[in-house]
Amino acid sequence: MPGFCKVTLICDKDSSHLMDTRDTPEQAELRRTARRLARELGPRRVADLDDHTRSERLAEAVRSAGWLELRHGTADGDPLASGVEAAIIADALGEAVADVAFVGPILAADLARRAGVGAVDGAVVAFSPDLIDAAVVPGAATNTPILAVDYAIHGPVAAYVLVPEGDGYQLALAETDGASSGADLTRRIRSIPAGVPVVRVPGQSRRLSRDDLDAWAALGLALTSADAVGLMRGVLDVSVAYAQERKQYGVAIGTFQAVQHLLAEARCLIEGACSAAQYPAWAVDQLAPDEARAAGRVAKAYCARAARTVCETAVQVHGGIGNTWDCIVHIYLRRALLSSQWFGDEGEQLRQLERRRLGVTYGLP
Amino acid sequence: MRTWIAGHNPGLPVSSTEDEYWARQAEWHTALYDAGFFGLSWPSRFGGHDLPAVFDVILDEELAAAGAPPRPSLGYLVQGITTHASEAVQQRFLPGLISGRERWCQGFSEPDAGSDLASLRTTATRDGDEYVLHGHKIWTSYSDVADWCFLLARTDPDVPKHKGLSAFAVPMRQRGIEQYPLRMINGITREFGQVVFDGARVPAENMIGKPGEGWRIAMTIVSHEREPGEVGYVARYMKTVKDLEATVRAEPGAFRSDQHRAVAWAYVQAEMLRLHVRRRLSERLDGLDHGPGGSIDKILMTWVEQTVGAAALSVAGSRAVVGGDDVALRIYLYSRAQSVMGGTSQIQKNIIATRILGLPAA
Repeated sequence: MPGFCKVTLICDKDSSHLMDTRDTPEQAELRRTARRLARELGPRRVADLDDHTRSERLAEAVRSAGWLELRHGTADGDPLASGVEAAIIADALGEAVADVAFVGPILAADLARRAGVGAVDGAVVAFSPDLIDAAVVPGAATNTPILAVDYAIHGPVAAYVLVPEGDGYQLALAETDGASSGADLTRRIRSIPAGVPVVRVPGQSRRLSRDDLDAWAALGLALTSADAVGLMRGVLDVSVAYAQERKQYGVAIGTFQAVQHLLAEARCLIEGACSAAQYPAWAVDQLAPDEARAAGRVAKAYCARAARTVCETAVQVHGGIGNTWDCIVHIYLRRALLSSQWFGDEGEQLRQLERRRLGVTYGLP
Repeated sequence: MRTWIAGHNPGLPVSSTEDEYWARQAEWHTALYDAGFFGLSWPSRFGGHDLPAVFDVILDEELAAAGAPPRPSLGYLVQGITTHASEAVQQRFLPGLISGRERWCQGFSEPDAGSDLASLRTTATRDGDEYVLHGHKIWTSYSDVADWCFLLARTDPDVPKHKGLSAFAVPMRQRGIEQYPLRMINGITREFGQVVFDGARVPAENMIGKPGEGWRIAMTIVSHEREPGEVGYVARYMKTVKDLEATVRAEPGAFRSDQHRAVAWAYVQAEMLRLHVRRRLSERLDGLDHGPGGSIDKILMTWVEQTVGAAALSVAGSRAVVGGDDVALRIYLYSRAQSVMGGTSQIQKNIIATRILGLPAA
């Protein structure tokens, strides 16, 4: 039926639902650049995390490349770059466990853009204590502790919170000082205590709707998933290299099938995670917000579980040394824990998918 | 395509889990073919449509969405023949294979040559214009309904084991062929064929490729057989997941939270595989040859099938055990074969470790 085929081919070519997942030449170039930069300036050993000259060069390189502006708005309010480009960079930074703020500032810029206002330089978004949602503050000051995640600068940190207004939300800023905390040694989290005043952001031209927050959360799910894919690839490379070099019984431990099969399974998980994570990065700008968020949930459920398994495999393959502070694999594992928890781990995503697809409520609205 | 599928869904059982599917698969194959939806990515001069492989995936996704049976999976044989056979052999065999007018089986494994396929002992001995066959094949799916067998046999016993093999298109309806099908653990009687060749004959012109090329051809076929996009299984998994979702959604409170979770996780897995197939097809547009990457796909596909099978068992609960839900039991039991057929998961992991990760061979 040539008639049918011709029509379909044309439709598919023009459709935004095109299934081609390959990088465009520009995206491929961005990927190469980001990976090179992250490899050159990211930590190679645990001790490098204390080398602030290096980490400040890394932060400056990310800033001057313009990557923190990818989700700033153009004149007509569209983002400068799509979720796919942002995911490419998140993946590259995860692969090198690069200790630089990226996803945090990107999410802040995306949220500000949706409210029709320019992003405050260096701002991030504050999250609820479970790290799943942007923090909602009903009054003039924070009423519970909330968390500023993945901020760039030393000194005071400004974090966006959502203030209910009519049937939507407005943005306000809470500012805080203090030390960073948390499992991940490559990204900063700061707790904002209760009682911190929140200041309405001037000049907002739109109220944030449910759809805005769904699309924004889809971006968060896509970028944290992409980060997980990258860090899995990075930790597997480290582990394969170690299995080739570490000798027992007179041969490299990578010769043993028991070790080979662990690493092979990790490789399969990475491929599956990569396939799942690409879709929401594209969907965030192309599909209806709730569909994009559902795609993000599938990716996150898969990536969160895979990331922990792959990092645990890496610890195991490294043996006793893998359980020591100075072995770099726990840097990947710790980063995986934050990327998994941020916007909800696999248990949370599955719970939400059960609600959406099976009608199970678990007391959820 | 959607309109046609809606009007022609034969309502077959989920494929491969019941004999009825195989009894009626030929009908479904020819119906798809006659409507112009089968072989979309294959050469038009042999009955295909010369379209990119993504069109097969569109078909798979639409079949899955409609809860229709998947397309018959014989792409790996088509790939084997188009990649290696002479033009004359292609012209003779591809039209019947693609249209479904001639049915095929694949005779590779033997009782003593499973994972170690190259050690197979079936012989093809030249006799004038023909080869005479002696040997024993096993796991020869649907051999009892096949018109032709894509047979791997030893034509030269005096060279190393990988080099003495050749491939043939063997007519199955002749004397000297005996069938002893094995019953699978889920009760299916059609899938696990067992064939004894005792003096059957195949014309020399039915050789696929050249003498001694059998191993290379077999590797082309198994690498495609390992790709979920090639075999169209995503539709099969998604159909099962959708059926399970519908069952639970009808009365969520009648199921425990671990049953909800099992279905949700099966959905995540099946959706991952759907997206993975899209990615692989996109990569193929660059002409990337998968080679050992097919082993990764095979492992992913196996994990999905076995996750879906376990979810079916979980949702059925006692009904799968006391006799109320035979479908769930058959789906679950069938899923256990996926980590064996087409090369065991252990063989796939060996391939991934040595040929993708670059670890030393054990």
